[in-house]
Amino acid sequence: MRDTVRKVEISFCVNGETKTVRAYPMARLLDVLREELGLTGTKEGCGEGECGACSVLLDHKLVNSCLVPVLQAQESEIKTIEGIAKGEQLHAVQEAFISCGGAQCGICTPGMVLAAISLLERIPQPNQADIRHGLAGNLCRCTGYTKIFEAVVQACRTIGLQA
Amino acid sequence: MARKEARDKVTGKARYVDDMRFPGMWYGTTVRSVDARGTITNIIFDDAIPWNEFTIVTAKDIPGKNCVALIAHDQPFLADKIVNHPEEPVVLLAHPDKGLLEEARRSVRIAVAPMNPIFTMDDSLRGTEIVWGRDNVFKSYVLEKGDPSSVWAVADFIVEGTYETGAQEQLYIEPNGVIAIARPDEPVTVWGSMQCPYYVQKALMALFELPSERIRVIQAETGGGFGGKEEYPSILAGHAALLAWKSGQPVKMIYDRAEDMAATTKRHPSRTKHRTAVTKDGKLQAMEIDFVIDGGAYTTLSPVVLSRGTIHAAGPYFCPHVRVRSRAVATNAPPHGAFRGFGAPQSIFALERHMNKVARAVGLTPEEFRRRNFIQPDQTTATGQVIRENVRLPQLLERALHLSDYHAKTESYSRENSRNRLRKGIGFAAFMHGAGFTGSGEQYLASVVELEAMPDGVVRILTANTEIGQGTNTILSQIAAEALGVSYEQIEIVRPDTSLVPNSGPTVASRTCMVVGKLIESAALELKKTLIAGGHLQEVYTPAEFAEACRKHIESFGPLKSQSQYQAPPGIHWDDAKYHGDAYGAYAWAVYVADLTVDLVTFEVQVKDFLALQEVGKVVHPVLAAGQIEGGVAQGIGYALYENVVWKNGRMSNGQMTNYIMPTTADVPSIRVFFEEQPYAYGPSGAKGIGELPMDGPAPAIVNAIENATGVSIDRIPVLPETLMEALASLETVSSRA
Amino acid sequence: MRPRVSAYQLHAPDTLQAALALLEQERGTLQPLAGGTDLMVLWESGKLTHKKFLSIWKLPELKGIAVTPEHITLGALTTYTDVLEHPLLKSEFPLLCQAARETGGVATQNRGTLGGNIVNASPAADSPPALLVYDAKLELVSARGTRWVAYHGFHTGYKEMGLSKDELIRSIRLPRTDDRWRQGYRKVGTRKAQAISKVCFAGRAIVDGRRIQDIRIAFGSVAPIVLRCVETENALRSEPLGSSAMVAAKRTLAREITPIDDIRSTAAYRLKVAQNLLEEFLLTLQ
Repeated sequence: MRDTVRKVEISFCVNGETKTVRAYPMARLLDVLREELGLTGTKEGCGEGECGACSVLLDHKLVNSCLVPVLQAQESEIKTIEGIAKGEQLHAVQEAFISCGGAQCGICTPGMVLAAISLLERIPQPNQADIRHGLAGNLCRCTGYTKIFEAVVQACRTIGLQA
Repeated sequence: MARKEARDKVTGKARYVDDMRFPGMWYGTTVRSVDARGTITNIIFDDAIPWNEFTIVTAKDIPGKNCVALIAHDQPFLADKIVNHPEEPVVLLAHPDKGLLEEARRSVRIAVAPMNPIFTMDDSLRGTEIVWGRDNVFKSYVLEKGDPSSVWAVADFIVEGTYETGAQEQLYIEPNGVIAIARPDEPVTVWGSMQCPYYVQKALMALFELPSERIRVIQAETGGGFGGKEEYPSILAGHAALLAWKSGQPVKMIYDRAEDMAATTKRHPSRTKHRTAVTKDGKLQAMEIDFVIDGGAYTTLSPVVLSRGTIHAAGPYFCPHVRVRSRAVATNAPPHGAFRGFGAPQSIFALERHMNKVARAVGLTPEEFRRRNFIQPDQTTATGQVIRENVRLPQLLERALHLSDYHAKTESYSRENSRNRLRKGIGFAAFMHGAGFTGSGEQYLASVVELEAMPDGVVRILTANTEIGQGTNTILSQIAAEALGVSYEQIEIVRPDTSLVPNSGPTVASRTCMVVGKLIESAALELKKTLIAGGHLQEVYTPAEFAEACRKHIESFGPLKSQSQYQAPPGIHWDDAKYHGDAYGAYAWAVYVADLTVDLVTFEVQVKDFLALQEVGKVVHPVLAAGQIEGGVAQGIGYALYENVVWKNGRMSNGQMTNYIMPTTADVPSIRVFFEEQPYAYGPSGAKGIGELPMDGPAPAIVNAIENATGVSIDRIPVLPETLMEALASLETVSSRA
Repeated sequence: MRPRVSAYQLHAPDTLQAALALLEQERGTLQPLAGGTDLMVLWESGKLTHKKFLSIWKLPELKGIAVTPEHITLGALTTYTDVLEHPLLKSEFPLLCQAARETGGVATQNRGTLGGNIVNASPAADSPPALLVYDAKLELVSARGTRWVAYHGFHTGYKEMGLSKDELIRSIRLPRTDDRWRQGYRKVGTRKAQAISKVCFAGRAIVDGRRIQDIRIAFGSVAPIVLRCVETENALRSEPLGSSAMVAAKRTLAREITPIDDIRSTAAYRLKVAQNLLEEFLLTLQ
């Protein structure tokens, strides 16, 4: 086994586009997204997987990107906050966060939006307990969560009407 | 109307300081003292690191004054000969490689010949070791009304109590961070996560001995502040700027969470002693209050935190004789600083717990006791301020109790509880919170705002007040739009940049909407007047006509601007020497009710429902206003039940989010918010400040509810299950002995 | 506290065989890494001394859940989300599902694995108490072959276990259970989600008439290892349900567990709450 660590080539699909980066295998997915790919919408709040500000969808599953070594994302499908809106058309969750006041300082918002989207994909009609459980890994210090719950309920309604 | 920057925030486009990069940018880090107190004997650099690649800064490099300009001039940017607290900054390092930089940071050792540190308020007050000034006391106040000493001998009841609050970490989800650029031909420029760009400018001016034109501070999108980014960013900005200046490169410094928690400011721990004389029919006759806060190693803002805590210590009650003696004392912990509420949550916790205790002593319910003592219009507060507004606290209380089903629940809980391992309790707190700077503070600030109309009819707001999540951009835009009669979309907020915006004061003290919003309103009316006087605008107009008028006016007369400077409302008289008079122009009044369960199996307290009712002058933006209350209540719940700083030799030893516990979505109760409005003449549309108000009520309401549920009286927060278990065990011992 | 990423190797072989060969070769210097929810936190805070990591996250041989009439066998890479989505686990092994649901938040549940949880060997782990009361067996593999061990007894001391440096857990096998068993699980953390446990209880019992025919009790966070409380079980087995059995059981438990004071809680709290949780469970049996 070689002792010198070399960068490796990693290909994955980010927000629908194939990307190839050269990175150290233990580089955090969070840092590769933010620094190599310039996708700064995903945030670092704690570096220990507690706050959820770094949440992304990795193969359709919500994960804390600060805890994923980029090599493990080889050939994966990744969705970040930048890939949620379709051009000017916002996702129902994003619209609801705007209209309900679900974002205050906004630093938790990208992770929170992804967590909400992930929740609604798994449970299209979540009750209060489902919403609280689904978002429990995303900390918000500004809102007290009240308007985040309202935004999720609102988004549910909108998506339900569109279905 | 939707938050001004909402779209950017929900799409990830909003750019916070760590999202920014500059060509050739390096990274900076801080080497900190491990010891709490001592003299620096040596700084040892491990050979394994290629130090020639680094920029290294120590106190000796500082071109101007090694002193953070704030109130006192006791805190250095970098420790020179002495360290006074763990985590004190000593050496700064910069390098282009973040990974190597971190390794380098761990390869510098600060050798300290230890001196005796002190870590408790008691040790500080005892004065056996003097760690600051002549007697460890940063500041003290004595507030007197009437003569309490004349009452004790003839009082029907005298009730005493001692109450304590712990430190609390602001825990903004975005850690502190700045980027500094110091090119020889440009002003020293700092981008940062901050609340007060002008505070930072002032600090850098002294650090570099440069005039204001040579220091430019720009607020980046900021991910929460809560006071934790009021004064601390001055230090971080100074550090980054020193590295940028010495290296010649832009330098980015972003704290990681552990460093931010351990090294930056927290809420001041406190201890309050109450001694109260009350008649047998429950009327307050005298209150003697001793209020002490732990300031940590340097002064920072302790005098002002102490001031606010002192003024709020006797609360929304009428009492003819009051004496409050307060002190902020030094210990060898990292300095404590601003956190939403700023001294009031501490003294109000003590007061509202104590009022319940006094009520019980005279055989009254907590609510009846409040009714008999609430201050009424034309009565005076502890500082002798005559309450001129039409405050109706008994009705506010009644409405809060009604909205929370308090009476029915009190009755049914007391019936059910003995049969249940899950005890239920309900409790409330009544309080007020003064908005804006105390007394003559706002006059001293002499805030200025500016509006500029563009040829396309867009009006730009230029203030130093920052959006940190509370809604500054939105509320100031709304106020301007309404005053000008134009659409919200026609208003733009200029990024707070000291080279562009006037000093409208700091974003603190619940003043942004009430004080600065009022200035925006005046400046807008002034702009409108100018347009009309210029002949291009009628008295009645549409937004499109307004735009057209701007174009024509600018064509005819040049730039179209208006300014407004703070004028104190008439009739405000404050005596700083005697601490007497009109402490605040406006108070918001509130009653909060906590409905909770106490699990006797695990001793966990779970708040089930929280009712927050407040009178706020005018609700300018319902969603933003409710958002402030909900967020503040959640922080207050954390303060009461979850957020415990574990201290080890002056250092926070649980500085990780896994061990410093704030509530998650699984923990918060339903928070129900209601407002009443008694317009305040000097606020925009009658609004009073509300940002800090919600911090004051939750802790005492919750601890009162715990007592209601279990009979146990706890006088210290946070109430952890471990603490509650001990308290219940003592209660059982007492009652089984009885 | 960021480690210098350029100093760390991460190898990701495609097969279990290749992974085991590397482990044999590197004996002790190569750290297996699955979902990373524990290891990456330790690594980022500078607490791991290894310079070389072996990613087993994608090894197909470690995935999957197999059901037979006698057993359910969970691949070591079974995530908490996998547990929550399996209908048989929900109906027959609810304690494991409850543990999975209360581990971290959804993001942790999507990446954390049962195998990783076991070898991280925290005495505060949430799933191990459930695995203990379900009489779990572990399949351990190395280049030298395969062996099965009872999970009970696998942990021998704080962060010490009967796993050689070249071995991996391949699967966890639970004997099928039936509805005669009454089951209970309760985790007491610092908050209701995203919390490390202060005390964690798992228990199941068969009650025949008014007597406990058989019982399993396990606790987390009250000893250097997750603990099967055999003495307490013995004090209760064949006993009639009632207050004297309760008192005896609580007393035995107090002798059997060794809680400590630490950054999250106190020994006194853990002891009292452990006793209360046992009592709460026993009351449900009456």
